[in-house]
Amino acid sequence: MIRLDTISWRFFKVWKRNLVTYQKIWKVSFITPLLEPMLFILAFGLGFSGIIDAVSYAGADFSYTQFMAPALIAVAVMYNAFFETTYASFVRMYYQKTFDGMLATPLSLEEIIIAEIVWSATKATAAAAIMMTVLGVLGFVDFPAGLLILPTALLGGLAFGAVGLFFTGVTPSIEMFNLPIFLFITPMFLFSGTFFPVSNLPAWARPLALAFPLHHLVEMVRGFGLGAHETSSLLSLAYLVVFSVVFTLAALAAMRRRLIK
Amino acid sequence: MTGGHTPRLAFGSGNGRYVEHIIQVENLYKRFGKVTAVDGVSFSVAKGEFFGLLGPNGAGKTSTIRMLYGFSPPSAGVIRVFGINIEDGWREVKARIGVCHQENTLDPDLSVVQNLHIFAGYFSVPPDEARNRAEELLEFFALSHKKHAKVAELSGGMARRLILARALINRPDLLVLDEPTTGLDPQSRHQLWDKLDALKRSGITVVITTHYMEEAAQLCDRLVIVDHGKILVEGSPESLIAEHAGRHVIEVEGPDESLRKFVVDRNIAHEDLEHRLILYTSEDASINDTIREKFCMDKCTFRNGTLEDVFLRLTGRELRE
Ligand SMILES: Nc1ncnc2c1ncn2[C@@H]1O[C@H](COP(=O)(O)OP(=O)(O)OP(=O)(O)O)[C@@H](O)[C@H]1O
Ligand SMILES: [Mg+2]
Repeated sequence: MIRLDTISWRFFKVWKRNLVTYQKIWKVSFITPLLEPMLFILAFGLGFSGIIDAVSYAGADFSYTQFMAPALIAVAVMYNAFFETTYASFVRMYYQKTFDGMLATPLSLEEIIIAEIVWSATKATAAAAIMMTVLGVLGFVDFPAGLLILPTALLGGLAFGAVGLFFTGVTPSIEMFNLPIFLFITPMFLFSGTFFPVSNLPAWARPLALAFPLHHLVEMVRGFGLGAHETSSLLSLAYLVVFSVVFTLAALAAMRRRLIK
Repeated sequence: MTGGHTPRLAFGSGNGRYVEHIIQVENLYKRFGKVTAVDGVSFSVAKGEFFGLLGPNGAGKTSTIRMLYGFSPPSAGVIRVFGINIEDGWREVKARIGVCHQENTLDPDLSVVQNLHIFAGYFSVPPDEARNRAEELLEFFALSHKKHAKVAELSGGMARRLILARALINRPDLLVLDEPTTGLDPQSRHQLWDKLDALKRSGITVVITTHYMEEAAQLCDRLVIVDHGKILVEGSPESLIAEHAGRHVIEVEGPDESLRKFVVDRNIAHEDLEHRLILYTSEDASINDTIREKFCMDKCTFRNGTLEDVFLRLTGRELRE
């Protein structure tokens, strides 16, 4: 059962609770997005120099690091949001009984769910902002168009946060998250046009990549950061919006079934 | 205070005064698949009352309580809290209830005082007011020195006190306590009783479950004993003891056949545990004297009837689950 009549602005209180706990560890949380892009750029820039001269993408040639840099942001958004609403939300729900405590207050279950998803998107956006700044300083992001990466990251965060929370609603145990990570997240990480253009894939594999939400997030981020993309931004936007809505509803239904006994 | 709803009024039992019912439960059922956890329960709780819900493990206490505070939807039946049907007015009802769960639901990611502040936020208590109330409650529950400690650093007793403090952060009209003293040492338990007594004097209504009969006898104005989801008896601790255990109880170790015969001949209420015979002899002094003189070869204990006698007589002595 999906209930929408129980959702109000109160979800913001739960969002704030997560922000308060995040503030305790923010210094640690900022290190990864700060250093990771530099590490990747350094490794791929050094390692591939002389092997790959240029990547031909969307009718133009780019250096490999230029091509890959925006994808790093998109991948970080995916991991941040997905891990927040899988492992972290599961710990709060199952081990810490945080949701049980909240449900003895005027909060509804739906507000808690929405807050978890929006929080994961917030965290993903914060990581994206740091990476964008670092990559911008290194000259891999065009401004001001690059600033549109931020709302894009928020949307991508909602999409991956929602699908993560759906898995949390149906997983029997925390170990079982290995399954969606192996079957869903890792293939996406590799085949979404992150490390090579999707147009390089054989014709039969291309539609598969187009079905991945990460592909659309990568394309949008690259479109704003690099000024080039192969998939229409409007199509990608529509895909991510629909994906977010569908999995938010699925998460609401799964969590209600799981928690309201 | 009630935001437009007028609590239902009903006649109190006997004395003709109007009694404001804080809780009214009618024909409540809860089924989990094939298990019927709550099997047609009805009761009501008056304003200012301390109401106990007793029963063996798995009797359905927690299931009942979860429906009371709007966590779990009933399979059938009606619950009114503050005169509001909980199905329609769950948000308003929850805003005026404080809940102390059976298991620890404190937020381990937050410090002691943050647990109170954040929880106050869920009730939309303004931050300044929340800070004041948190100070007050930490003081009341002797936790001020642990204000900035992590929840994981608290002892069992302190954690329980913090849960209770958290349940009071919204200044509730009704407090729902599911086994608040389980696992506490006698010192902590007595301290908690003192706090509950003080709260009671402030006029708050309390629903409590416990496995400590002594606690129920001391705290509760009225209680029900439930088993297999059904209410077996209802009444004040004193009246239940008088009715189901009697004033006098004799425990005879290693009873012989002649005593057994005597008990059956005289029609004395008793329980035969093979190595021990428990006799509920009420006021009958002659019987008490006869037993003392004739049958106490080994070891006899003369004592007053307790709520524990009532509980064991009504729910039996077999282990549950
Ligand atoms: N979520 C659930 N799913 C299935 N069965 C449940 C669920 N919750 C409770 N039950 C069953 O309902 C019955 C009543 O359980 P409940 O927790 O209400 O008992 P209780 O009186 O609180 O017991 P205790 O004193 O051990 O806390 C038990 O048989 C229990 O196994
Ligand atoms: Mg229980």
